[in-house]
Amino acid sequence: MKTPLLQIKDLSAAVGEKLILRGLCLTINAGETHVLMGQNGTGKSTLASAIMGSPAFDIISGEILFEGEDITGEPPDKRARRGIFLSFQNPEEVPGVTLENFLRTAKGAVTGEKPRLMQFKKDLRAEMERLGVAESYAGRELNVGFSGGEKKKAEILQLLTLAPKLAILDEPDSGLDVDAVKTVSEGIRRFRNEGNSLLIITHNAKLVRELKIDRVHVLENKRIGAEGGAELIDRIASGGFASVAGGLPRGDGR
Amino acid sequence: MSGTDSRGARRPGSAPDGIEDALRELYDKKGAMKPRFQVDSGLTPEIISAISDEKGDPQWMREFRQESLAIYGETPPPDWGPPLEGLDMDRIVTYVRPDARMEARWEDVPDEIKDTFERLGIPEAERTGLAGVGAQYDSEVVYHSVKREVSELGVVYTDMDTALRGEYGGMVRRHFMKLLTPREHKFMALHGAVWSGGSFVYVPDGVEVAIPLQSYFRFNAAGAGQFEHTLIIVGKGASLHFIEGCSAPKYNVANLHAGCVELFVGEGARLRYSTIENWSKNMYNLNSKRAAVEKNGIIEWVSGSFGSHTGCLYPMSVLRGEGARMDYTGITFAGAGQTLDTGAQVIHAAKNTSSRISAKSISKGGGKSTFRGGITVNREASGCRVSVSCDSLMLDSRSRSDTVPVLDVRCDDVDIGYEAKIGRISEQAIYYLMSRGISEDDAKAMIVNGFAEPISKELPLEYAVEMNNLISLEMKGNT
Repeated sequence: MKTPLLQIKDLSAAVGEKLILRGLCLTINAGETHVLMGQNGTGKSTLASAIMGSPAFDIISGEILFEGEDITGEPPDKRARRGIFLSFQNPEEVPGVTLENFLRTAKGAVTGEKPRLMQFKKDLRAEMERLGVAESYAGRELNVGFSGGEKKKAEILQLLTLAPKLAILDEPDSGLDVDAVKTVSEGIRRFRNEGNSLLIITHNAKLVRELKIDRVHVLENKRIGAEGGAELIDRIASGGFASVAGGLPRGDGR
Repeated sequence: MSGTDSRGARRPGSAPDGIEDALRELYDKKGAMKPRFQVDSGLTPEIISAISDEKGDPQWMREFRQESLAIYGETPPPDWGPPLEGLDMDRIVTYVRPDARMEARWEDVPDEIKDTFERLGIPEAERTGLAGVGAQYDSEVVYHSVKREVSELGVVYTDMDTALRGEYGGMVRRHFMKLLTPREHKFMALHGAVWSGGSFVYVPDGVEVAIPLQSYFRFNAAGAGQFEHTLIIVGKGASLHFIEGCSAPKYNVANLHAGCVELFVGEGARLRYSTIENWSKNMYNLNSKRAAVEKNGIIEWVSGSFGSHTGCLYPMSVLRGEGARMDYTGITFAGAGQTLDTGAQVIHAAKNTSSRISAKSISKGGGKSTFRGGITVNREASGCRVSVSCDSLMLDSRSRSDTVPVLDVRCDDVDIGYEAKIGRISEQAIYYLMSRGISEDDAKAMIVNGFAEPISKELPLEYAVEMNNLISLEMKGNT
């Protein structure tokens, strides 16, 4: 029996006057891995931000349910405490706040109990080693002076530390070299278990090759234009977005 | 040069171009309050004499007070800096009259301050003391043990009243109000007339004091001062870290604080002077501080200003020996209703002297913060280096932040760097932290604490922790 974890119903969102999503519908069940694809500028990041609750976008209509509860008007911190996580494409730099302090505070915020210092340090160091992040980064200012690859790895480190129920990964592989893509991909696999779900935004078939994909969605004309199984990824890789546009069942009867 | 007084000391806030109208307005308002100043001529030679009697002043101090009173009477209020209209000068007599002891009761302390104690987790027993309403408590014991420890090194650490009358009376006389004279400005004249309390520290040549001395102990033991005088003399090659005031809020019945700090840093000596100021928000804090630094000596200022209604704090360093150095690290947090005018001044009076100023300011809820960097390089100060950086963070559009550089350079062979940045708190950064479960208030506090981090890392741990707590408390306010 599949339980819906995230349900997006008829969502329209805008930045100022500009409508970016119109009547979008999407459901992710508990324990599933979904991939969101689409041409540049179709609103993939907007959708991710809308799920996270970014104040930069206005929700015009529709609703977002998480575990059956309406979270449409909730601030991002509440959503995070419910178990939603977004790995940012370009994470912010926060001077004067160390990665370790930030992560420990965040972990305390999402679990409701600040982790014990020594155990937390130990766990963090172990995870950093697995991700190939130098130990010294724990004491560095959050994302300040990090290279593109280091920022992406730091996002995955946050994912693994906070262990959310739903992780939305917005192009976790963009700009990474082959080895780094491999490390990030392994990190994502380590995160994934039967109890959590993933929504991965990517252009890269390689990133998701070793994951079991339950559903692929293609954003087009401000809504989900095409949906299908994992085979869609390869079709897009060889034939481009045109090869799937319009010719496949529409999302949720729109 | 405009704005330079007879001793070459630059007054903070000498009118930069373009704000003359604003200054004129200020001036007119001050003119209108003149009659009230005449009323306060209630501050009479007899009252000053009574202060001398009560303190058992030596003859020279009796005369010094009377001369200062005369100067006070003839000096107009300062025509620079933030407006001081709200300052109730009529009450000066009440502040200083020795028989009118400022009786304060714990019940009279504003709830806002009681709350802060609560949230800072300060034990019940200490609160009355910290609020300046208690008499003596445990810190007296701490003070005495610190005193014993340093006196074994030959260090003299005592209150000014004792120093004045004791075996170091001659040393006090040679240094007292020599750096900041009663002619400096009206409030220094007032200070010279009515000062009481404060600390005297003498570190003999070559002695390195490992533990920071904190005037906080002294204040509580002697009763919090409104006009306290701090005199520190650090001998050749000696070193000291002195921490002024206390990070917990003090509530004072009177609303004017005009202390005076004079620091003498000997050849090759090093003095760090740290201040975390969190006076109650009805306070006009007009503290004056000055250091004279000899050859290869180092003065380091670490300053955090959080409290007060209006603050004017511009510590000045006079680098008068070759190779002398000055380092200023300061942060100001101006919340609703606060005008905090801070800065650092330095006079390069000898060759190869160097100064570094790093100032940060935060304004919120309509608070105003102004930073004034006053740099004077004398003709003879070749090879000197100056570096100033100011960084301001505004948390909303109602708040205000200004930086006012005043540079007076009379020498060609100088290396000067001056940079100022003013910015808003990043909405994207707040969102990013919130997306990790951190509440909006905590996210903002985290960003602001991060901004303040270069300052807090300069502080002893317990002060750094308390500064972070203060920032978090300020951030949680609704305004």
